[in-house]
Amino acid sequence: MGLGSDMYRQQILDHYKSPRNYGELEDPTFTHIGENPMCGDEIRMDVRLDGQEIEQVAFSGDGCAISQAAASMLTTELPGTTVDELLEMDRDDIVDMLGVEISPMRIKCAVLAEKVAQDGAKMYRGDLDKEKTTTEDD
Amino acid sequence: MSHQQVESLDVDRIRAAYPILEREFSGSQLVYLDNAATTHTPDPVVDAMSDYYRQYNSNVHRGIHHLSQEASIAYEEAHDRVADFIGADGREEVIFTKNTTESENLLAYAWGLAELGPGDEVVLTEMEHHASLVTWQQIAHRTGADVKYIAIDDDGRLDMDHAHECITDDTAIVSVVHVSNTLGTVNPVAELADIAHDHDAYIFVDGAQAVPTRPVDVQAIDADFYAFSGHKMAGPTGIGVLYGKRHLLEAMQPYLYGGGMIEKVTFEDSTWAELPWKFEPGTPPIAEAVGLEAAVDYLEEIGMERVQAHEERLAEYAYEQLAAEDDVDIYGPEPGPDRGGLVSFNLESVHAHDLASIMNDHAVAIRAGDHCTQPLHDKLGVAASARASFYVYNTREEVDKLVDAIDSARQLFA
Repeated sequence: MGLGSDMYRQQILDHYKSPRNYGELEDPTFTHIGENPMCGDEIRMDVRLDGQEIEQVAFSGDGCAISQAAASMLTTELPGTTVDELLEMDRDDIVDMLGVEISPMRIKCAVLAEKVAQDGAKMYRGDLDKEKTTTEDD
Repeated sequence: MSHQQVESLDVDRIRAAYPILEREFSGSQLVYLDNAATTHTPDPVVDAMSDYYRQYNSNVHRGIHHLSQEASIAYEEAHDRVADFIGADGREEVIFTKNTTESENLLAYAWGLAELGPGDEVVLTEMEHHASLVTWQQIAHRTGADVKYIAIDDDGRLDMDHAHECITDDTAIVSVVHVSNTLGTVNPVAELADIAHDHDAYIFVDGAQAVPTRPVDVQAIDADFYAFSGHKMAGPTGIGVLYGKRHLLEAMQPYLYGGGMIEKVTFEDSTWAELPWKFEPGTPPIAEAVGLEAAVDYLEEIGMERVQAHEERLAEYAYEQLAAEDDVDIYGPEPGPDRGGLVSFNLESVHAHDLASIMNDHAVAIRAGDHCTQPLHDKLGVAASARASFYVYNTREEVDKLVDAIDSARQLFA
């Protein structure tokens, strides 16, 4: 019997145990929160823009390894991209970023941070009015 | 009777009737410990349903022809068999529904909407499943009734002093889970029924985790209403039961209207069929009723005392194994007569969903989440928990595999 799942490769565990950019930005351009009610995962994403380019991202929250690692990895992936590129991301991009197969029952954990960041961006642009993102909206 | 005195089950023989238990995932044989969610279906139950479809499939209570007669008799006799199994006074007291949830909704809509109003109290417990909690909460919102919750103590038992405080002359109904699907607590439902009746209130018991795992006698409990599901007791999905005392069911108006539940219909008005058909409109779950009857036969052949003893032994063993781990938190009472065959827990360093995913890699199937008891998890101070739950085909070796898989998760996250 192996020591664990393909879903828990070193990169995921590393980001879960040592999250990058964990905390809150002092001067975010926009901030949004979300949750995955099924798991109790909670994520807050802070994003600072320079024009339309994402300059810095931080996250805070609590939850399973998949949700927290995805948020951590996203904070390192997003800087240098644009808001349009963020809004174009889909679940395949998240799965590619994580570099592992995500089982169907866990995909909501994986995409939570992305959805929170996207809804935050839409609210910043005035295209959305939502207090909190949840993965039950799918 | 203590479970030491009850003869143990021949689990090897039992397992032979469940081909699904032989499935392997990545070379590991399935260890199925999610029985509180649904149990597997033994060959005699599958065969009974298959025989129905192959030999006498037909609609009930409609046809003059042979097949309809056979199907109708089988469907009606399934009510008799279930009535006998739970100590009900005949088929009139046994309504077939879709599941426990629908049974609770039937009662809440047919009785609750008509009878509840401002000033009335519905008394629940903090360990109610969403099936009853959400249902009564929403019916209370619509009728203006108040909802109260009997508190649990630190061991996960009901605070009976608080129960006496909560249940008053304003209480219209007490709705209590017989065996908690999260804590495993076996609640003193007969005592609660006495308290309710002392205040002229009714009591509804959610028996979804009780009827599959122990002898249940609704008259001994003096339950006014009692509900359970087929698929948690070796039976099929798609069928549940609402038991109700006959005079109460007779006084209730139908919840769903349609064919099969009427006596006479004119353009102006309708009258209702006799019990239990008054509450079973449309084509009912006929094959499922046949399957449920077969499941009752199957369980009675094993013996419900032995089923209960087997569950208690496995729960006690699992509890002891998990309690020996410093970093495992277990919820609910210690092993004993008031704990059913399930153990909910958390491994401190690993989220329950991660734990369940890693277990799955070892072909160990457990439940992780809120188990449809979110308010209870809020009270416990956790978002989710892992739950291992047992049935007649589970073994101590499978509990050992659970513990091994927990160790793997611990190492992975160390």
